[in-house]
Amino acid sequence: MLWGDVDITKRSIFRPEATSTHDWIGPPNPLSNLRPIVYHVPENETELEKRLRHLRQDTEDWNHDFWTKQNVMFTKEKDAFIFSQLNAKGLSVCDEQGRRRALNAEEMAVFYKSFLDTNRVRHADYNREWYRRNFTITLLMARVALNNMWKTVTDRHSRKKSSTPTT
Amino acid sequence: MFKTPCSRLSGLIGVSVKRKLVQNVPRCNQTARSLIQLYRRDPTNWLTYQHLNFLKRQYVTKNKSELHQRAVPKQAPVLTILDEREDGVERQVQRISTIDPVVSQPEDVTSKTQAEISDSKPTAEDVAAQNASVSSAVSKRDETPYVHVESEEAKEARLDRQWKEIKVNVTDLPDIYARLAKVKLTALVVTTAAAGFAMAPVPFDPLLFFVSCLGTGLASCTANSINQYFEVPFDSNMNRTKNRPLVRGQISPLHAVSFALACGVPGVALLTLAVNPLTGFLGALNIFLYTCCYTPLKRLSISNTWVGAIVGAIPPVMGWTAATGCLEPGALLLGGILYSWQFPHFNALSWNLKEDYSRGGYRMMSVTHPGMCQRVALRHSVGLIGLSALAPVLDVTTWTFPLISLPINLYISYLAFRFYHKGDRNNARKLFFCSLWHLPMLLLLALTCKKPRRDPEDAALPSASSAS
Repeated sequence: MLWGDVDITKRSIFRPEATSTHDWIGPPNPLSNLRPIVYHVPENETELEKRLRHLRQDTEDWNHDFWTKQNVMFTKEKDAFIFSQLNAKGLSVCDEQGRRRALNAEEMAVFYKSFLDTNRVRHADYNREWYRRNFTITLLMARVALNNMWKTVTDRHSRKKSSTPTT
Repeated sequence: MFKTPCSRLSGLIGVSVKRKLVQNVPRCNQTARSLIQLYRRDPTNWLTYQHLNFLKRQYVTKNKSELHQRAVPKQAPVLTILDEREDGVERQVQRISTIDPVVSQPEDVTSKTQAEISDSKPTAEDVAAQNASVSSAVSKRDETPYVHVESEEAKEARLDRQWKEIKVNVTDLPDIYARLAKVKLTALVVTTAAAGFAMAPVPFDPLLFFVSCLGTGLASCTANSINQYFEVPFDSNMNRTKNRPLVRGQISPLHAVSFALACGVPGVALLTLAVNPLTGFLGALNIFLYTCCYTPLKRLSISNTWVGAIVGAIPPVMGWTAATGCLEPGALLLGGILYSWQFPHFNALSWNLKEDYSRGGYRMMSVTHPGMCQRVALRHSVGLIGLSALAPVLDVTTWTFPLISLPINLYISYLAFRFYHKGDRNNARKLFFCSLWHLPMLLLLALTCKKPRRDPEDAALPSASSAS
């Protein structure tokens, strides 16, 4: 997504190496307020685990895009609204001390309502998609966890079997 | 409240530095791209000072972490260990305003290239280079020495800015679970259920009381956990909720769902088997209403508030049915009192969160229909007086109850009237805090005025029915 000549979806590329045995979660992104996760790739990653990891990464990116756009749009439209309201009143943006003028709660409420109304369908679509993704990710996580448990149990069982004849 | 560059930072340093940068940005590329480098003591001192000012001024202390979000930790390998050293050099990307992402993005790009070029360890040359461009800021800082000890909040906020492993620390789990299950809210819900149990006109059975409270508490934990599980991205974007466990990644979504199931299944089973099926059914219904109706509806329509009020009204009904085994008018009255109470409580709370709700896409009365929000709060506060008067009619309490509850009911109605009339933040806040003590007080008064059972025959029948 481009804004001017800069890609605003590009986050700071600073990330820790996913060398440990766990995922890493970082501080909230200033634009989307969502926390980025660096996923740990295990050595013998199964198809299921790979699918899960890709889905999580994809959902994270999709979420980040939505919320970045949402927050930026909100701030922009809010400032435009304040500016137009102040203009209508004949006031300048900054008062005598150089501070930005603010509108009172009632006036701002008009903007908040209109923001919700104009984005109603977009929000509803995002909701549906988010619930769907969340469910899928959780189900996959459950399957991966069960698979891993099963593998550990069968490994232990087969190790026991192979060790007992020697004793 | 408004995210403006000039007015946001109340600290002297902040204003002077920011103003300087704002003025210089269009002219000087170098200044626009410079990073303000703050040494270990200073960022937390500076921000602590900000905290104190903000906490004084604002009801919702949302700007606290906004400042922290600016800090972009520089080196990757150093940060794999959560040690103090990495805070030695904190680079702060100075974003002027979100309207001009063109200004901020080059800074991000610059920091990226700098991170690539420079070593993993902060070098003295880097420090010097940065300092040169902000020497005036540094000198200003020297002029105003603040002696601050890093507060707990600032320290927590600083740690929050670091990358962390998603590894569950068993010692943290109780705290995480408590926050996931919204323990304080659960406690209030259990209190209302206990009140419903105690108000039922049957002999008090302590074991049954304990079991029904436990079951209700577990059901409430489940509902709260699933709610948080559904709302992760929304919670991240709202100041009130951004420190929840799932938002911070302290546990995985699967873990949260497992916890919810581990609470819900025994909870509902306990209610169904050890108490009675009706209570179990009500518990399950409440979980369903909260997680599958209220939570999604919050983003679709303002009717969510009414559904939420029903969710709040069910626990006392559950308490009553746990004691008696059947739905009686008395139970519905108690439910009605809770239902009416929800409106002044929630409408007042949501009044001061309009901006967050709007940005997060929540459809609340306070944002879309503010007039209705105020009217409904007033209507239901006054309705509480009527419902309290109905209590002796239904033989739940004596006639003393409407009389002694009149002062607090009148007080909350008065605050609701001022909220309706003025509609400002202060009145909303007052109404909200009043509702917090009004409800326990009302329930306590009802308990003291409970209608005593007169006939031994009446006493024998209910005890026989509860024994069977």
